[in-house]
Amino acid sequence: MSFFSRSPWILHYDGSSCNGCDIEVLACLTPLYDVERFGVLNTGNPKHADILLVTGSVNEKNIEIIENLYRQMPDPKVVVAVGACACSGGIFARAYNIQGGIDKVVPVDVYVPGCAARPESIIDGVVQGIAALEQKRKKTA
Amino acid sequence: MTPAIYGILFVLLAPVFGGLLVGFDRIVSARMQGRIGPPLLQPFYDFGKLLQKQARQVNPVVEPLLLGHVAFMAVTGFLLLSGTDLIFTAFVFALAALFLVLAAGSVNSPYSFAGAERELIVLLASEPFFILMMAGVCKVTGESSFAGVLASSKLVAVELPGVVLAFLMVATIKLRKSPFDISTSHHPHQELVSGLTTDMSGRLLAYVELAHWYESALLAAFVVLLFNWSIALGVVVFLVAYALEILVDNSTSRIKWQLVLRSTWVATLLFSGGNVLALFLLGR
Repeated sequence: MSFFSRSPWILHYDGSSCNGCDIEVLACLTPLYDVERFGVLNTGNPKHADILLVTGSVNEKNIEIIENLYRQMPDPKVVVAVGACACSGGIFARAYNIQGGIDKVVPVDVYVPGCAARPESIIDGVVQGIAALEQKRKKTA
Repeated sequence: MTPAIYGILFVLLAPVFGGLLVGFDRIVSARMQGRIGPPLLQPFYDFGKLLQKQARQVNPVVEPLLLGHVAFMAVTGFLLLSGTDLIFTAFVFALAALFLVLAAGSVNSPYSFAGAERELIVLLASEPFFILMMAGVCKVTGESSFAGVLASSKLVAVELPGVVLAFLMVATIKLRKSPFDISTSHHPHQELVSGLTTDMSGRLLAYVELAHWYESALLAAFVVLLFNWSIALGVVVFLVAYALEILVDNSTSRIKWQLVLRSTWVATLLFSGGNVLALFLLGR
């Protein structure tokens, strides 16, 4: 039996987001959406996390940070890109300091569209992330 | 039944009790915050997941030390219930806690190291109490074993009200509750990332959880010593105290280590020290 679907712990990283998506991510933890019902925890520690949830795009300064966080997470792990910026760079895509979406740096498993992404779609993205997590566990097991 | 069987029962059942307690805690905390909260069995799901996840070994000593931490927590419970001397049990309890400090202090992460230092401080704050408490229990009942105290006709809490008060304070430290949870910083708060457990992943973190479940069950056993009419009475009192701890946890913010040390020592000396001293002076 696998417990990953019952206990996904999330690490939230804000790339160069306008904070719109971050506020929606935190809204998922509030009484209205309460994702802890499904065992989701928002940890601040990559070594405890199963899902790396990134908002905002990649810029010159945070490439290393995203790579580092991803490397520190124990397997199995998935990456969920939340919002237009995390998916492709969004409105900032052609800015001089922006590299593009998160998939320029680490492999992304789930793309959640929206500007800002709605809490419902973020939760949906996490659920799909859990499915990807299960597949990865089966591969490594 | 021989006392050893009670000890073995503790080793087997304490994790179930501790895990359910944490699940209950998470539901009650969520309700206090206007949320529904996770299922009651969530701590066991988390535990199962941690066992299935990769454990990153940052150095070769963390895992043996954490296994020692779990083992000695279980051994403390075994010794307590199988009739070993109460004060000896209190020392083994301190040793068990020390293993966690060593494990967290052995890694390079500054967060983990700061967590280990703070854990030493809270140990320094809480250990004198347990020794005083055991001495008080022995003094009141004239017994030095768990079964002996349970068989005593005196209700210990009546003669040791100060110790009961100080216990509430020290239990806040041992249950890792705000305002005294300076060494771990649990998930909602991330001041030290994850404090002691920052560098522990997968099954290593599962060991820490398991040891914490044993620790909670041990505290319940200590409450039984104070309310020694029956095990049921002790457990009920422990659950009431635990509900109070949840309320305190949700309504206070973390304090500095200096205040943790000072306030706990003042409570220990004033309430339990004064209480035990008074018993001696009154010659009871």
